[in-house]
Amino acid sequence: MTEILDIALLSFMIVLAIAVSRMQNLFMAAMMTGIFSFLSAIVFTLLDAVDVAFTEAAVGAGVSTVLLLGTLSLTTREEKIVKKNNALALLVVLITGSALIYGTLDMPNYGDPNAPVHQHVADRYIEKSGEEMGIPNIVTSVLASYRGYDTLGEVTVIFTAGIGVILLLGHIWRKEDEQ
Amino acid sequence: MISVGLFNYWACMVLMMIGLYTAIARPNLVKKLIGLSIFQVSVFLLYITVGKVSGGTAPILGEGIEAYSNPLPHVLILTAIVVGIATLSLGLALVVRIGEAYDTIEEDEIIERDIVND
Amino acid sequence: MKHESIPRVVSKWFIPPILLFALYVQFHGDFGPGGGFQAGVIFAAAVVLYTLIFGLQAAKQIVKPRIIETLVALGVLLYAGTGLVSLFLGYNFLDYTALDPADPPHGQHLGIFLVELGVGITVAAVMIAIFFAFAGRRRLR
Repeated sequence: MTEILDIALLSFMIVLAIAVSRMQNLFMAAMMTGIFSFLSAIVFTLLDAVDVAFTEAAVGAGVSTVLLLGTLSLTTREEKIVKKNNALALLVVLITGSALIYGTLDMPNYGDPNAPVHQHVADRYIEKSGEEMGIPNIVTSVLASYRGYDTLGEVTVIFTAGIGVILLLGHIWRKEDEQ
Repeated sequence: MISVGLFNYWACMVLMMIGLYTAIARPNLVKKLIGLSIFQVSVFLLYITVGKVSGGTAPILGEGIEAYSNPLPHVLILTAIVVGIATLSLGLALVVRIGEAYDTIEEDEIIERDIVND
Repeated sequence: MKHESIPRVVSKWFIPPILLFALYVQFHGDFGPGGGFQAGVIFAAAVVLYTLIFGLQAAKQIVKPRIIETLVALGVLLYAGTGLVSLFLGYNFLDYTALDPADPPHGQHLGIFLVELGVGITVAAVMIAIFFAFAGRRRLR
């Protein structure tokens, strides 16, 4: 049952992505991107990644749609009509795509428990994190403790991006606001 | 029972290529960023697909559960999503400033204006 | 939105549960799905909803932009500070066993709690700051 759902949702995502790519109205494209994110959140839930699905639903469908709409209200709503298809870009994309799909032929099947990715550190996290950390959510213990250094870097990236936006778009507070 | 096999990977590649095409062929800067975020989601899907174990469940420890999906890709992608939105907003801020400076956000018109100004 | 009474009333009912849910996700992230990243974004979403309904000026009266700018840095400091504490106690950087050497899982739990709190503060503050920056900018033309 979940297999059928998985195939159906992914096909729907492909259709949506093509629609977003061809759409001239940028407002509609932004809303469709939100739906696209919601669909991907459902697929993440099917694939057992509940934490990721949670984040994607909050970030992709919520905040990024609001930011896209904010940008459109500051710039333009309609994309300029492009008459000719870009043949060179299409060629590059087709070659890259077929190379990548050729690469996937060697990958392990969906859900194969013997895939190489499950043979390395994951077993240790699943067996030991319960007693070492004392918390049941393995994702949280890997995120904050085993790979804490990595997460510190990610938080710094978010911090830097926030500073960058404030610098580009001006101070978010002014003297007169607070009086 | 339908077997998914390699379908998930192929779907990821197709999405990735749609995103890449949007990013390189569309002259509108907002559209390029939307294309990049489609590309991004396809990479997330690829990682999460790799982490799935059939018969497994979400990696939260509980009584009587034998198989868990691999938690490591989940951690990597969880942080990547939030970093993705932070960088997307930085890109959008740049688009807003470019729109104010050039009065357009179409790439070819911006290049034209640059040539005229030189 | 001056005369939209239905969104105003509905959002007044919705914003407190959203904020409460964000706190639940933040502090229950050890046991169920959730954590600092999700909680921060949900918290920011509540502020975004408030701004969309009641306007930027009203939102800035409640969520002071000056405080938000401080919180952006404070979260990262809390994270890195937790790491430095364990460094000065003679353990590795970000090795939370240092926080309670007698009972390592307890120390780890405390460390994870502090670090997730730092993540949550930074993510929420950055998202609110980015939204305020976009919303505060006026169209020039």
